[in-house]
Parts: sequence; C-alpha cells; structure tokens
Amino acid sequence: MPLIFDIAITHIAGRGRQTLVAVIGVAVGVGFSIAMAALMQGGQDDFVRQLVDTMPHVDITDEQRTARRQPAEDAFATVAISGLRPRDDRRGIINPTAATSWLESWLPGRFAASLKAQGVIRYSSREVGAAIIGIEPERESGVSPIVGDFVEGSFSALAAGGNNVLIGDTMASRLGAGFGDTITAVSSEGLTRNFKIAGLFHTGTTARDEGEAYVLLKNAQILSARPNAINEIRIKLDDPNRAPAVAHRAEAELGYKAVAWQEANESILEALVVRNVIMYTVVGAIMLVAGFGIYNIISTITHEKARDIAIMKSLGFPESDMRRLFLLEGVAIGAAGSVLGALLGFSMTYALSLVRFEIAATGQEMTRLPIAWSLMHYVIASAFALGSAAVAGYLPARRAARLNPVEIIRGAS
Amino acid sequence: MSALIEAEKLTRVLPETVPVTLVKDITLAIDEREFVAVTGPSGSGKSSLLYLLGLLDRPTAGTLRIGGRDTEPMNERERARTRLSMLGFVFQFHFLLPEFTARENVEIPMRKLGRLARPEMRERAGELLSSLGLGEHLDKRPDQLSGGQRQRVAVARSLANDPPLILADEPTGSLDSKSSEQVFAILENLVRERGKTVVAVTHDLDMAARMDRRIHIVDGKIG
Repeated sequence: MPLIFDIAITHIAGRGRQTLVAVIGVAVGVGFSIAMAALMQGGQDDFVRQLVDTMPHVDITDEQRTARRQPAEDAFATVAISGLRPRDDRRGIINPTAATSWLESWLPGRFAASLKAQGVIRYSSREVGAAIIGIEPERESGVSPIVGDFVEGSFSALAAGGNNVLIGDTMASRLGAGFGDTITAVSSEGLTRNFKIAGLFHTGTTARDEGEAYVLLKNAQILSARPNAINEIRIKLDDPNRAPAVAHRAEAELGYKAVAWQEANESILEALVVRNVIMYTVVGAIMLVAGFGIYNIISTITHEKARDIAIMKSLGFPESDMRRLFLLEGVAIGAAGSVLGALLGFSMTYALSLVRFEIAATGQEMTRLPIAWSLMHYVIASAFALGSAAVAGYLPARRAARLNPVEIIRGAS
Repeated sequence: MSALIEAEKLTRVLPETVPVTLVKDITLAIDEREFVAVTGPSGSGKSSLLYLLGLLDRPTAGTLRIGGRDTEPMNERERARTRLSMLGFVFQFHFLLPEFTARENVEIPMRKLGRLARPEMRERAGELLSSLGLGEHLDKRPDQLSGGQRQRVAVARSLANDPPLILADEPTGSLDSKSSEQVFAILENLVRERGKTVVAVTHDLDMAARMDRRIHIVDGKIG
C-alpha cells in the first residue's frame, strides 16, 4: 500500500497544472453548493423567524372553541330553542391570578397577561380606530414585539407609571400627533381618558404600527370598565417548536382557546413546505451539477492514465492495485478540493452576509442578506464532492484495469 | 531439466464477429541462456506470441509452462505475480512512467515485489543503471533523456527483480542505428554474462542473424 500511495502522490504532484485545475473544479463545486445552501436556508430561517418573532408563540384568549351552552339548553331536553335571550357572561379570563401562577409553575418561557379593548384614539378632531392594549411592563418586555423598535421614547416610559401611551409612528402621523402630545382614548364603553405619547415605535408590521396603542393594564381596565380583568395571555417559548404542546396543555387546563403560532399560520406554513421542497431541489441540483463536473475532470485524468495502467500491469501489478491507485488519486483530489471549497464557500457566504440593501420606499430599513451558518452544509457538500471524486477515480480505473494491456500497448505504436 | 518456456499448440483467436486468428498451434521450447529472435512480416502474429509468452494475454487454446509451471490455472493475481518475479519486458516504446525519475522507474517493480529493503533497492537500481551507462542520469525523468537512454532505463527496469526471462518487443524499433547497436549489445550481454534468457521480436534480419536461434512466424504459425 505505501507504494501505491507513493505512486498516487507522485502522479498528482507530477501533473501540477492538471491537478490544480481538478482541485479548483472540485472547490468551485463545493464552494457554490455551500454558499447557495447558506443563502437558501438563511432566507427560509429568516422568513420563519420574522413570522415567529412578530407574534406570540401561544396566544390564550378569553374565547372558547365552541359556543357556550345556554342554561335553557341544559334545563330542557328539546330539539331546538328559539327566541332565546342569551345570558350575558362576564367577559375575560376568569380568575387570572390562578391562571398566571399556574403557568408560572411550569412554562418553559415567558408570558404576559393583557387586556385588549377596541376603542378610538382622538387628537385634534382626527380619529383612528385602535386596539387599546393594557399591559404590565415588566412581564410584557419578555414577550412584546415592540420593545426594540422605538423611533422616539422607549418602552420603559410606560413602567414609570402615569397616563402614558405608546403608539406606532404611522398612527401618530395619521393623527397628526407627535412625541409628547396628549391624545384622548375612547373605549367602546363610552369612557374617555387622556394619555401622553411617551413613545413611538415602528415594527414594520402595518397593522401594528397603525392600529395598536399600549397603556398600563390598570388604565385599560378603567377605560373599559372591567376592573381586574384580562382577556389575553401571550406566551413566548424558549423553543418555538414546542408551541403546539404548550397550547394543548394550557387549553386543557384553563378551558380557554390557546392558539399556537403554527395553528394561526397554517396556510403560510403550508406554503413553507413548498418552499422547502424548492430549496432542497435547487441545492440538490447545484450539488448534482458540481458532482458531474468533478466526475468529468477526474475521469478524464484517469482515462489519460490508461497507458500507465497498462505499463504497471505489464510490470506485474494486479488489477486491484490499479483500482486502488486511481481511487486514491480521486479521493485525494476530492479531499483537497473539498478543503479549498469549504474555504471558498465560507468566504463567499461571508461576502454575501455583508451585502446590505434598502427595503421599502421609506428607505428607513436596511437589511442584510439572510445567511444560515451551518456546519451541515459543509459536511454534506464535502461528502458529496468526495463521493463523486471517488466514483470518478474508481469507475474509469476499473474499466482500464480490466482492459487487456496488450490493446493499449499496441495502440501506442 | 525442463525448458524455461514450453508452449504446446498455443492458439489465440480474437472473438470478433469474424474471428481473427493471431497465433495458431505454436509449439516451442526455449531453454535457459538462449538468445532467441522471433521474426516475421508485420501482422504475422510475432508480437501476439510474445504477449502470450509474457502472460499479458491469455491463449484461447493450448498450454504454456513457464519455469515448469502450468500457467493455465493461474488467476489474474498469480499471473501478475509471475510477471513481477519471473519476467522482464522491453517494448518498442520505452513505456516508462513519465512522472518518475530513471531510478524510481527501476525501483517500482522491486518495491512491488518487496524482497529487498528500501536502501538496497535504491542501491541496486543505481547499479543496474550505471552498468548500462546511465550513472549520470539517475535522477532525470524520461522526458529529460534521449530515446536510447530511455530504452536502456527500460532494460534496467526489466532486470529490476532479476528475472530469468526478458521479453523484448522490437526493442530497437524506434532507435537510430547507433543506439540500436548499443541496446542490442546490452541484450546480448544479458545472455552471455548474466545468464538470462532473452526472447526478442524483431524485423531486423541482420540483428536476428546474430542471435542464437530464430523463430520465424508467418500467419500466426511457425514457418
């Protein structure tokens, strides 16, 4: 074996230019596979991350999956009751303290209770319909999508207490109000209350920037005349993938509708499956093309060495040595190319991650290309290249080794 | 004592659509220390016979014994082993491995056989090449040598494992007259001084006349 190894090394080293071309060919294939995989997967991950980040992982609301049975339906065994005046239940999550302390005991993540009420924000005779959301700032900061997105003021302004409100910048401009102005909130109960704008946020989600106003929980409770009530518990988990299990458990225990983000975005996730298939197809196609390139280069080299195979056979080398020799050469070129290709892929991926561009006409948001850094890409691309190189060395060598050396020796004259 | 090569009714037919008979019913025996010429017109099958004798090709029919051993039941690996230890080839073209130096080319068969230690192989390769007048060219690659020099390296390589039998296929066919004479003298010397058996295919009748014995082949048969 050391002899075969020596011959392989000398063969490879002796054909400097050809070897270099082959190694670069492998490297380019590996490098592009890695860079494309990083980009495709990065885009995918980024899409899911944006989806997951902007919404709670599990959303518990004061609704039920099926309409509540009316007392009359329990009292009388009838087929249908008409003209019933339904009982007006107290809205909101009943016994919120018990619910929150129960969640606290086991939840692998963070949660925040809030009261969401429909209302109108009024400023200098302009009105905008809004969801007035009452929050507890310390808890909310672990869950909220707006904490890091402030254009003016900050989230902590709410914690300071007082009649402060946080609204989106789009709503502010529609109202004509600015930071520090005092607006009036009107609830569906008809109650009004004045709030000072203590922060403007811009999340990029239009519905949120235009239609949500955050106030302290007790202010929202006063405004909607529902003391101590909450009607929504939003949960962020450490691992978003556990959301369905958590939602199931919460719904079973609390009796309220608990929706995991996967359930809320079913159609988008279905589209994502299609995207996944497209991604794997594209990356697979790139690797296949690269693999063929590698096969082509190395099998050409092996074919050119058919004469050497005949010579060595005439000297007394058995066929198995010849197969081993060219397998070794293919693998050596494949390995060198994979190492170089991994470096190339890394640099290309890095270069792609530096690309910045503006999104949206506003020109406010600068975005980088989403890149996924995964060792798996390198492993798969290298393994694939190594495999193609091995096959490319082995198959032609096997054919050449089987060939009667006489045919090649005669052909040379 | 049995002959070094014994062939009986050796036949080789190429299995084409119209079968081509290269060698037909050749029976011959070659003893040790013989210097034998195989002659004949082009396409007569003299090279084909040599390849059969050298175990590079398998006969379609007939038996071949080398050193008293029947080659028929040997598998590919055993035939390769026999070529390595018993036979040395010299072709019309040098057929050296182009990436290796003269000395490395001579060392390769020794390393494959693995009978000597590495330093001994190196020493022996140097001695062989020096004895053929190539002492100054040990570390040159084939493309740095002249045609005659390459052919002498090929002869040295054929002697690497000290085989009793050297088979040469037009060894001087691509050389000028001066180099031809040199190579012929070397082959003759192998028989006279080193006790080898040399079987050389040639169409040079002058050269054949100076050898011990001539086997004339016409249309695949001894004629």
